[in-house]
Amino acid sequence: MSVDVLHEPSVIEGRPTFHEINEHITKPTEVRPDRKYMIALAITSSLLALGATCMIITHWYGIGMWGNNNPVGWAFDIVNFVFWIGIGHAGTLISAILFLFRQKWRTGIARFAEGMTIFAVMTAGIFPLMHVGRPWLDGWLFPYPNQNKLWVNFTSPLLWDVFAVSTYFTVSAIFWYMGLVPDFASMRDRATVKFKKVIYSIFSLGWRHSNRHWQHYEMMYLILAGFATPLVLSVHTIVSFDFAVSILPGWHTTIFPPYFVAGAVFSGFAMVQNVLIFVRKIFNFEHIITLDTLEKMNKIMLATGMMVGYAYGMEFFIAWYSGSPMEMFVFVNRAFGNYAWAYWIMVSCNVIFPQFFWSRKIRRTIPLMFIIGVFVNVGMWFERFVIIVSSLSRDFLPSSWAYYTPTFYDIGILLGSFGLFFTLVLLFIKTLPVVSIAEVKAVIHGSQPTHKGGNH
Amino acid sequence: MQEKVLYAMSALFDTPDAIIQAAESVQKAGYKKFDVNTPYPVHGMDNAMKLKPSTLGYFAFIIGIFGAIMAVAGMGYLTGVDYPNVMGGKPFFALPAFIPITFEVTVLSASVATVVIMIAFFFKLPNNSHPVHNTEYMKNVSDDKFGVLVEAKDAMFDAAKVEDLFRSLGASRIIPIYYDLEDIRTVGNIFRPKFVLFLAIVVFVSAGLTYGVLNRLLFIPPFTWMVYQPRVNAQQKSNMFADGSGMRNPVDGTVARGWMPYRYSGKPDEAGLNLVNPLIPNTHTLDLGKKNFDVYCSPCHGYLAKGDSRLRGQFPNPPTLHSDKVRNWTDGRIYAVITDGQNSMPSYSRLVSPSDRWAVILYIRELQRALNAKQEDLK
Ligand code: HEC
Repeated sequence: MSVDVLHEPSVIEGRPTFHEINEHITKPTEVRPDRKYMIALAITSSLLALGATCMIITHWYGIGMWGNNNPVGWAFDIVNFVFWIGIGHAGTLISAILFLFRQKWRTGIARFAEGMTIFAVMTAGIFPLMHVGRPWLDGWLFPYPNQNKLWVNFTSPLLWDVFAVSTYFTVSAIFWYMGLVPDFASMRDRATVKFKKVIYSIFSLGWRHSNRHWQHYEMMYLILAGFATPLVLSVHTIVSFDFAVSILPGWHTTIFPPYFVAGAVFSGFAMVQNVLIFVRKIFNFEHIITLDTLEKMNKIMLATGMMVGYAYGMEFFIAWYSGSPMEMFVFVNRAFGNYAWAYWIMVSCNVIFPQFFWSRKIRRTIPLMFIIGVFVNVGMWFERFVIIVSSLSRDFLPSSWAYYTPTFYDIGILLGSFGLFFTLVLLFIKTLPVVSIAEVKAVIHGSQPTHKGGNH
Repeated sequence: MQEKVLYAMSALFDTPDAIIQAAESVQKAGYKKFDVNTPYPVHGMDNAMKLKPSTLGYFAFIIGIFGAIMAVAGMGYLTGVDYPNVMGGKPFFALPAFIPITFEVTVLSASVATVVIMIAFFFKLPNNSHPVHNTEYMKNVSDDKFGVLVEAKDAMFDAAKVEDLFRSLGASRIIPIYYDLEDIRTVGNIFRPKFVLFLAIVVFVSAGLTYGVLNRLLFIPPFTWMVYQPRVNAQQKSNMFADGSGMRNPVDGTVARGWMPYRYSGKPDEAGLNLVNPLIPNTHTLDLGKKNFDVYCSPCHGYLAKGDSRLRGQFPNPPTLHSDKVRNWTDGRIYAVITDGQNSMPSYSRLVSPSDRWAVILYIRELQRALNAKQEDLK
């Protein structure tokens, strides 16, 4: 078989025309939702309703409704926060880092992944805001000249978190929105209903597809990608500082920042892969979100999964190498102590199952990769649970040791967070183009000039 | 009926190659106010139109640097000057601990500014009343056609010539674009009823929300539960204890820190013999003494302890404290006067703490010495 190395295969299968792309991508937003969609929405919104009820009750009576208590002061709330923030990271990785590396296969999934980033960060943001106990005073997290004449503590990792997460959300939202502007313009010019036309006109800002604009637009996209790349690395680094800067054995390690970032990308890709499998099937996007793309995502999961596995091993080594009896105890306790069940769920889901991705066949079989993706998400949720709860439940003083069990409200809010996330995803699918129209048009066959007879 | 005003002549092309060639030719023909509209950025177009490279990057850079400086300076000022507080044993200006926030602020300010500057100043958007909107031309270029237009404002513009040029380039369609007369009439008029109404609604809604949340919502349960929680406040009744009081008395014989009982009550001379001033005169103790003296003693004794009361005869004037008698008293003897009072002077033991009393005495000594300076003091 001879391969033409100069011509990489087009990332979009088949040879759709520009008009077909337009039609195809905007179709889900223009037809009435079908039965399947409504059923899905019913499920997710009932989960959301459950979570919302539990949250309202928590707001009313206070966070005593949760299982958190001495010594486990951080539990589901922070576990969920770290989990959801991590899910978001895959979106930025796909949209910004792969953009800088000029990976064209990202075009089919970038918009969707960015959207998931935003929804995941929104979901994540709820948890620390609730965790403070009096959520209506959350404004105090931000430094502003207030009547108490107080300033926040700029040297605390928890405040770094406030800055990191809010910056991350803002920049991701801007990045996403700027990507959408040309597509809003295309949809505006397709819209036949007056109401839709007004809405799209407002959001398209009056975009004219002018090349005098495209020029700066592409520059802006590059700049934002350049900013988003270190930003995404910083966010989970700072999240990991919440733990690493403390003195608790099991938290106080320097491997946390890279380990957390790798874990975030790992779980994020698993989530994006899971959701995309449904989206491409339901909306017939198989030629835009191709099997090749999914396979590439599985490869990234394999790589990041092994980084996470390496970190697990290294943590044990350092605990032994440190010679600190506290450290050593914590890690032995992790693997064989009161939360050993959670630890082994984590290891098998995150390290063992992804090894199946070595086989090309499994990488390209949709049901199998879906199952492994689900396992990865379960495993990554348990990773945060193990780190947070098992370290806290047995700290320095054996007299204060306790076993943490979640209450109904903890579990309700966890389910509710999935409800919120997937409801937002479903609404997104029906209202906005889930694939970037302009970007896909730019990468299909024959979209760029051949420069025949040109001055190049 | 007003006549239509031409905005531009436009042409549609079918392939990216054709549009590149068209852009090059229009540019070579010498037109300045022309534009190319394509559904996606076509490679090589900037070159064909001879556009200067985008300067957006400089703005991002400058604002990013500005954001970084503001973040470091702001945190340094807030934690070091405005509200100095030792946290975690770090110095007030803890640069390493400022790095994460500095980084985030840099990224945030630079990205927001880049986008805002690009939209508002480079593009002059949002603008939904541009003449190309709602035209056949626009509908095609946002779908699958590639368009080029030459504005009527161009110095060389001549509709017929432009049309010929387009035709010679093989345009699939040539469309004249006209201004929307309604838009021309209302341009620059910000007092349109719709707009004013919109502003009024924004003002009312945001003011109402702010007022409602800050002055109403936060004062109803559960937001007030922290204030009205089941607990016993000082001076409150409680059925918990037999005496019905919520507060407990200390155990008999309890001594509060720094308030050792005074053993020479009514025995000033004994006090004068036995008590020794534990403080030594220095700027800190003298300053403390001056503050207490000015507050508690000076109304009667005068700022210089000369007995020049400011009470204007409403209270017997005390004697001067520069008398030989008081100068020869020991510190302990004066302490006895402050603690017990003397004749018409009341006791100050409740108002001035023991150590403050000793500081006041040091200050009185200082005053005495100042008014009766010896030769060697003047050196
Ligand atoms: C309410 C006015 C008043 C205040 C305030 C006051 N004194 Fe006096 N003080 C007097 C009077 C009146 C006498 C004279 C008492 C007497 O007749 O023996 C006096 C006497 C004295 C004497 C003894 C003088 C002597 O010659 O016998 C000393 C020492 C003295 N005061 C110190 C102080 C100090 C120190 C303070 C501040 C803590 C103070 N006083 C505050 C009114 C006051």
